[in-house]
Amino acid sequence: MEFQISTKTKKTIFGVIGVGLLAVIIGIVQHSSDVSFGTRIMSNLLIDGFFFFAIALGALFFLALQYATETGWSVAVKRVVEGIASYVLVGIGILVAVFLVLTFSDGGWFGAETVNNSAGHIVHTGHIYQWMDPAFTDMNSHSYDPIIANKAPFLTKPFFWVVSIVYFATYFLFYKGFRKRSLAEDLEGGTRIHFKNFSKGALFLVLFGYFSSTSSWHWIMSVDAHWFSTLYGWYVFGGMWCTAMTTIMLVVLFLKKKGHLQLVNDSHIHDIGKWIFATSFLWSYLFFSQFMLYWYADIPEEVIYYVERIAEYKYIFWGMFMINFIIPMLILMSADAKRNIGILMFVCFAIIIGHWADVYMLITPGTMHEHGSIGFMEVGLFLIFAGVFTYFVLNTLTKAPLMPKNHPYLDESKHHHI
Amino acid sequence: MADRVIYAMYDDDMVLLDGAKKLVSEGVHITDVFSPFPVHGIDPVIGVKHTRLGIVSFMFGLLGLALSIVGFKYMMIDNWPINIGGKPNFSLMENFPSFVPITFEFTVLFAAHGMALTYLFRNKTLPGMPADNPYPRTTDDRFVMEIRLSDNTKFSASELHAKIKETDIIEIEEKDYVVIK
Repeated sequence: MEFQISTKTKKTIFGVIGVGLLAVIIGIVQHSSDVSFGTRIMSNLLIDGFFFFAIALGALFFLALQYATETGWSVAVKRVVEGIASYVLVGIGILVAVFLVLTFSDGGWFGAETVNNSAGHIVHTGHIYQWMDPAFTDMNSHSYDPIIANKAPFLTKPFFWVVSIVYFATYFLFYKGFRKRSLAEDLEGGTRIHFKNFSKGALFLVLFGYFSSTSSWHWIMSVDAHWFSTLYGWYVFGGMWCTAMTTIMLVVLFLKKKGHLQLVNDSHIHDIGKWIFATSFLWSYLFFSQFMLYWYADIPEEVIYYVERIAEYKYIFWGMFMINFIIPMLILMSADAKRNIGILMFVCFAIIIGHWADVYMLITPGTMHEHGSIGFMEVGLFLIFAGVFTYFVLNTLTKAPLMPKNHPYLDESKHHHI
Repeated sequence: MADRVIYAMYDDDMVLLDGAKKLVSEGVHITDVFSPFPVHGIDPVIGVKHTRLGIVSFMFGLLGLALSIVGFKYMMIDNWPINIGGKPNFSLMENFPSFVPITFEFTVLFAAHGMALTYLFRNKTLPGMPADNPYPRTTDDRFVMEIRLSDNTKFSASELHAKIKETDIIEIEEKDYVVIK
């Protein structure tokens, strides 16, 4: 309708995907003889699959939050949020495919073995989800792992799939419902749909409050099956929300540069900037809270998580914390910076890279241990996913007018001024 | 001769805002506006500069940050190192994570209190300071515009009166400008 993806934009997106493919091919050639080759590919698919799915999920959460709190100012950018949330459809597909491969390969075991020195037994290594391998949970196996086996009701394939399907179905249905009602409101008007969105939004927040935690335990925390953190779900959620706000900002700036979203003024951009600033602090606060408790207690089975990350990935680990905390804090603190397009673009791209590195830090040290590194394959897969993500989001944006009609707070949003 | 000042009274903030826009477009300089609550959007109209309170707050925050670091460096590292749970107590950097909460608290404490006190001091509204409000009713339901003749030398007093009366005022008064100490 009003917004169309220009051929130049299309060429750029396909160019990025092409460069990504090339890089991935170089990466495959580079690593194909490694023992950890399969692990590396599956880790990267899980990282990028989750990272971009999380952006969409964060946007879906933000949409529900705006409905449940009946927020006025954000109506002008509502379609952008919906557009980003639409990627949950693709994200679900990719994650399901990754989980299927992992399930049928016993948690991502591709034949790598190592000799357990003390007993001389051969042990499977290189898993993504070690707990999916029966060699560790079978009481008669010589590599029986009582810690993993004790988590059995939670960390088992059937339970994993039952809850994953519940999560995916919930996200899918709520996205479809929000989108359907949003489009119907354009035609219908009145407040019936508005109040329906209000209650559905509140319901989604309740479900998401549980699911965001429990899904992150199953999908990501179980990579380090021995370790656990009660703060983990919040931590993952903080990063998810921050990247979602950053992506919303980038898409809004892109559309404004193309001459769309005329009604989105400085104050809207300022408000999204405040969200980026605030959610960066939320994430940093949770990062540090989790880190300090383990550092302070210094209990071996708990602190192993950080020992692994700091010993092998020192620069990525501290670097991504600096990028995600210091850059938004110092640069976005002043009100003028939150209205300056150039500064915002720089901060947004920095945060996207920083939070990708955060998800990388969540998964890779637990799967690749000391063999992980950021090379052609990592960058290439990121570019492919980023291209697909951008194309899908922009494509959704072409399917409906960028400015909603008949939303009860539309007028308020048009006159938003801070 | 003492400065003369015109006080124009309104009973609605939006009417005052429209009146102010009209007067400013005609070249009248409005010195100040007194109102029971902040009138949204009045600052740029009457030419009030954006507040620098945020910068003050930031600097107080930095002061708190510096003081806390100096404080725990001296107390916990140099003067009386205490072994708490085997944490390294001989170097600031190695022990820094345990000091982050207090650093944060000090920064927030200084930023918030410094900002609030600066605000009260700058507005001359610290406890015990005399009120300098020309119209006590502007703390209730009236909105008053202050226009000084010395700021508007290109208009005569009667011209100003005529211009102000064109807006929807409910009262107008001219008197000597008294600086309240």
